Amino acid sequence: MFIKLTTFDLSLAAVLVVLLGVLSTYMKLGVAKQLYIAALRTTIQLSLIGLVLKSLFESTQPLFVLLICFVMISVAGWEILSRQKRKLKGWWGFGVSTGSLFISSFLITVLCLFSVIQADPWYSPQYAVPLLGMLLGNTMTGIALGMDRLTQTAWQQRPVIEQRLMLGESAHKAISDIRSEAMRAGMIPIINSMAAAGLVSLPGMMTGQIMAGAEPVEAVKYQILIMFMISAGTGFGVISVLWLISKRLFDDRERLCFRRLLKQSAD
Amino acid sequence: MSFFNIQALKYLDCGPINLQIEASEIIGLNGPSGSGKSRLLRSLADLDEHTGSVILKATEQGSLKAHVWRTQVALLSAETYWWLDTVGEHFQSYSTENANALGFESDVSAWPVSRLSTGEKQRLGLLRLLENEPDVLLLDEPTANLDPENEQLFENYVMNYVHVKPACAIWVSHDVEQLKRISHRQYRIEKGQLLTQEKGI
Repeated sequence: MFIKLTTFDLSLAAVLVVLLGVLSTYMKLGVAKQLYIAALRTTIQLSLIGLVLKSLFESTQPLFVLLICFVMISVAGWEILSRQKRKLKGWWGFGVSTGSLFISSFLITVLCLFSVIQADPWYSPQYAVPLLGMLLGNTMTGIALGMDRLTQTAWQQRPVIEQRLMLGESAHKAISDIRSEAMRAGMIPIINSMAAAGLVSLPGMMTGQIMAGAEPVEAVKYQILIMFMISAGTGFGVISVLWLISKRLFDDRERLCFRRLLKQSAD
Repeated sequence: MSFFNIQALKYLDCGPINLQIEASEIIGLNGPSGSGKSRLLRSLADLDEHTGSVILKATEQGSLKAHVWRTQVALLSAETYWWLDTVGEHFQSYSTENANALGFESDVSAWPVSRLSTGEKQRLGLLRLLENEPDVLLLDEPTANLDPENEQLFENYVMNYVHVKPACAIWVSHDVEQLKRISHRQYRIEKGQLLTQEKGI
């Protein structure tokens, strides 16, 4: 039933990536280097996590599981930051992104493990780690998009925000349009993938389970669960990020405070 | 205690500035570009950081929430911004009568903001700002883009508002003749200091 992949099978797929890289260099599109680095990172990171998961599933030490979760969340927080064109200065940037990931992914995973899946013990790594990973991977994208949209739009629309302040609007109201636009930007990927699931795309986790020999109906149930968790997680995560950042963009006298933002060039 | 009181106001490298303004009084202010005129108005509206005290009718600036203060001490910046589709959406209740008094013949509330000229934006910006019925008007070169006829309407409108409310105003302009025409006292800002305007300048 389950067909194992060989190194040769994977190298065939790798040839496709290399071909794309060569074409990109030939056409001077400038993504070849990034593409190679990302492909290399995927190979190394996934191979390593495969080994870690193997020993993790054998041990079921709660502290070890927690440590893995901690590392995953911090790295995801870092990834969010590195995708921002303008981020909050100092520890605020990292704090806001990891804090929101904690809400959007960690808490939701724990909630799900306790109440829905009811694994025994609840922290059993076979469920906890892949669930958290899937949530982090997806909510991370939403949060990064929402955050970037908020700070970028606020920066560009500075005159409008100040005009609204001059007319006596509160800081909260003066940035409300930009905030809801950022919320939309963060939520659109998951809304799209929920709307297209089954019709246009077969989600990765479900496909994987089916290929590994699981009953399609059972795989579908897990996929629905995951979709709901991702959309809730992304939503709560983006809301908390937008709330924190839009507070941080104003000082206590409701003046715009862009010196708290750091400009960096995002790739 | 005066109607509007500015005491030892410092911002950036400007000040200290002291100025007392009575109700129904208009203060004219000019000075070279970059001397800190706009920054003074922004500090009074609490949009820029500053020290010292600003008091309106015995109420200290810091004792009110910033957005409440800005409804009472209202700044009309040199350029006004319109972020919704039509003019009318920016108003709580658009008044054709007031618009007519500022020289708009037809009903402009349905106009898309993209067709407004800079001068039209300045006149409508005044109307929009006065909806809050502020006690202090801070005007930053408000008639810079107006033709003489509309300039006159604008001046009359402000003088009438200040007189009837009664409110007070600080009017920044490069046009010394205009300042003599509309203001009761004239000042200059030079190198961050507020100076009484000498006669004959």
